[in-house]
Amino acid sequence: MPRRIVSAVQHIGHRVIESIWRLGYASRFFILVLLKSGTSLRRFGLVMRELYFTGVLSLIIIVVSGLFVGMVLGLQGYETLQKYGSESAVGTLVALSLVRELGPVVAALLFASRAGSAITAEIGLMKATEQLAAMGMMAVDPVARVVAPRFWAGVISMPFLAAIFSVMGVFGGYLVTVVFIGVDEGSFWSQMQSAVDFRFDILNGFIKSCFFGVAVTAIAVFEGYDAPPTAEGVSGATTRTVVTSSLVILGLDFILTAFMFRGVS
Amino acid sequence: MQRTTMDLWVGLFVITGIIALMILSLKVGNLNVYNPSQSYVITGNFENIGGLKVRAPVKSAGVVVGRVTDIQFSTQTYDAVVTMNMDSRFPFPKDTFASILTAGLLGEQYIGLAAGGDEVMLKNGDKIMKTNSAMVLEELIGRFLFNKAAEDDSF
Repeated sequence: MPRRIVSAVQHIGHRVIESIWRLGYASRFFILVLLKSGTSLRRFGLVMRELYFTGVLSLIIIVVSGLFVGMVLGLQGYETLQKYGSESAVGTLVALSLVRELGPVVAALLFASRAGSAITAEIGLMKATEQLAAMGMMAVDPVARVVAPRFWAGVISMPFLAAIFSVMGVFGGYLVTVVFIGVDEGSFWSQMQSAVDFRFDILNGFIKSCFFGVAVTAIAVFEGYDAPPTAEGVSGATTRTVVTSSLVILGLDFILTAFMFRGVS
Repeated sequence: MQRTTMDLWVGLFVITGIIALMILSLKVGNLNVYNPSQSYVITGNFENIGGLKVRAPVKSAGVVVGRVTDIQFSTQTYDAVVTMNMDSRFPFPKDTFASILTAGLLGEQYIGLAAGGDEVMLKNGDKIMKTNSAMVLEELIGRFLFNKAAEDDSF
């Protein structure tokens, strides 16, 4: 019986050490990617190719979901606000919730499942088919040649995707409330413009999306590079990318919001 | 895929992103580029600022002419010192009257300026001497009840 307890405690300790070791490994890998990103910035064509796959091909899902999120926000906001006779404030509601929270967060969640999983699967499969090892044999650094361009492409495209998401959302809200329901167009825009501040709302949302871009792509790249070189390993790594980056996005969002908007009316 | 086509798409993507950011700041956020050299700072002491907040507009005749940049409590006069950043296109006379008003019944509060007739204009760092406090609903109700009681007594 005591042996059982000892082994259970050992098991817990092993898990804790393992996860801390993995966190340290991930951080060291992140620093390695940053150190070796000189090549990808000099040969910007490499980043260009990845920008096409992570940024341009994510546009459709970002645009469509932004539009629909904005339309739903407009509908729901109108339903509640018209009870108080202040349906013209629906512009403020849509714009503030999109620019501050939904734009960066939902765009980052979509980006993690659309582009992050693809990055992990691609790098993981390259590792499983020993392409990375072959590159190493040819004195081509796989971190500089494969990992860093994907990382920078994700970091660059994330803020743009979040901004496009927010703009499409505002347009969707405008479409539903002004065009379909018939809220006054002038008060829709003027109330929005007087409530949304450049520095506190738009700049903070932009900073948030930059943080999310770094977090999502760093996780995706690490999981792919660290994936066990089997079919099962790659599929597990892809799942872990989506789960971990979604959780990190939500946790990071809370921390950033607490720093940015505390005490700001 | 052809290299040039890919470059074209990426270029379009980046341009769309930058346009989206500009729409957000200009159309949604209504970014006014306040140049510090094109504005002047004035202060005013208010007995009670009610619900006035930093970044609230300063209006004259309904037009926004500045913003509240800071609200402090003064222990010398025991009232609130409100700092306002004014657009230098709109100079105001020295005897301008500043009062805290409310937009609508329950709306946000702002500072309303009523220009006086003085020849001398307010300069950077000047202080508005004539101020009017915020209207506090509870005080109004209290005064109304008090007057009502006084009226009833006279009968």
